[in-house]
Amino acid sequence: MTGAVSPFLLRHRLRPLEPVWWLLAIAYFFVFPEYLAVATSVLVMALFALSLDLLIGFAGVLSLGHAVSFGIGAYVCALINLAGWREPITGVLASGAASGLFALAVGPLILRLRGLPFIMVTLGIGAIFYEAANKAVWLTGGDNGLPGVTLDPLLGLFRWSILGQTSYLYVLCWLLVLFYLARRIVASPFGVALQGIRENPGRMLLIGAPVLRHLVVAYAIASAMAGIAGALSAQTNAFVGLEVLSLTTSIDGLVMLVLGGIGRLYGGLIGAPVYMFVQHFAQQWNPYYWMFLIGGLLIFIVRFSRGGLLGLFDSLVRRVGQGHGDR
Amino acid sequence: MTGFALEAVGLQKSFGALPVTDSVTLRLPSGARTALIGPNGAGKTTLVGLLSGTIRPDAGRISLGGRDVTRDGSASRVRHGLVRTFQVSSLFARLTVLENVFLAVSEHQRASGGMWQPAGRRRALIDRAEAILERLRLTDHRHQEVARVPYGVQRLLEIAIALALEPKVLLLDEPAAGIPTDEVSVLLETVESLPSHISILMIEHDMHVVRRFATDVNVLVQGRILMAGPPAVVMASPDVRAVYLGQSGQSRFAGGAHGA
Repeated sequence: MTGAVSPFLLRHRLRPLEPVWWLLAIAYFFVFPEYLAVATSVLVMALFALSLDLLIGFAGVLSLGHAVSFGIGAYVCALINLAGWREPITGVLASGAASGLFALAVGPLILRLRGLPFIMVTLGIGAIFYEAANKAVWLTGGDNGLPGVTLDPLLGLFRWSILGQTSYLYVLCWLLVLFYLARRIVASPFGVALQGIRENPGRMLLIGAPVLRHLVVAYAIASAMAGIAGALSAQTNAFVGLEVLSLTTSIDGLVMLVLGGIGRLYGGLIGAPVYMFVQHFAQQWNPYYWMFLIGGLLIFIVRFSRGGLLGLFDSLVRRVGQGHGDR
Repeated sequence: MTGFALEAVGLQKSFGALPVTDSVTLRLPSGARTALIGPNGAGKTTLVGLLSGTIRPDAGRISLGGRDVTRDGSASRVRHGLVRTFQVSSLFARLTVLENVFLAVSEHQRASGGMWQPAGRRRALIDRAEAILERLRLTDHRHQEVARVPYGVQRLLEIAIALALEPKVLLLDEPAAGIPTDEVSVLLETVESLPSHISILMIEHDMHVVRRFATDVNVLVQGRILMAGPPAVVMASPDVRAVYLGQSGQSRFAGGAHGA
């Protein structure tokens, strides 16, 4: 009874509200069978935002070029597929590996930087990849993108249905597996070291931590995860376009994360559906001025809760006096 | 080739045209209890930076247990047993006291690459961190966020983190700075109870503390070692008195006992 409960030493424990999100995701499948395609892209973006949370929320590295990892995964997945390899799961794994390798190559060079210089460099890398994909028409199809991604039945058993039932459950399974991995990682000594780096990188060096190596490994994991999200987007849309590499994709992921709450893993899982839901209805309300609503929502959330929607929820629970949602 | 735990020879560092460290030679034998004193601006903090590897010397060399570490970064020096604490507490403010020590234990035991086992189930690491906290009488604070514990506790936590790294050479940068007088003795008792195989260099202003702790004193003035020797000899030196304290401080210096 000496104050707050030690957060990371208890982080591996399942919190009581955690299964709710997953049960809702399964319930959605049965309740809204006609809207599964939209929901599938929400799940893809939730995975993308989750990968960004590892980077920003835990390692404290703010990237504005995370779409590069997403895009590499998407293009590699489509290219493998169009070359004739149509087995979906290995296609996704190969794409994730490609994005991970990209991070291993670039990370040691850029992760020496911190703060504004790092943000600018990630922005620059994003711009270079976008332009390169635009010019390399022979490889990426340029503006036209890469249509015609077709998949073998999942595990040789499940066909890809028109309404997208298979796609939805397929992406949900990927999300569950990768979420579990992310959850283990942030609760592990490695995850704790990442948070030490986020808090005080100079001090971490002076307790003998290989700070750059930790950051590169974290970046590779986050990038591989984003690459898997990109690959899933390619497979479930049967198409890859330039926008997977665009700054908007990076920003969308960031906004979803901030909306949901950074550094909690569930931030992206909450932020992605909220953001895409509001975006959808705001666009119906007014196709020209819909960004007003998104902008207003963002300002409201950031103004009233530093922890995003989840932070807001936590403080509400605390105010009610139970505190059981905050453990 | 030497029996010294830490040896720095001919260290040189200038910022622009200003030499802040001027051919400093410093030798800590195994088990040393050495103090480094000097007026403000003498270059004490720069010297600690040079020794710990956060600042690169322009010339000179540093060896640790006979091994040349001049070109090693600070993380590598820590892994070879050279550990420092900070004058102004440099901790992980949003983590708890226990987590701060856990981080150090985990790095020291090369456990920080592990991604599968939860930190909260690494019993051996947690027990080790708890044992260190116990030793510094910090157990009651272990689940509190560092940003919220009293400054004296933070100072002790600095030392707890250093101990978690099992140093061979410990640089204490004004460990007693900013703590209430009654907590100074807890800190000094802790330092005095450290095993004798650890060599300690303490940067300190307070003559009372220096007299109690050190068997050997180095006086740093304008980047140079003015004098070295046992505390009584150094403090009796008119040169040291004149340069280090100026006229007005002499009586306070001689008095020593009011120094806290």
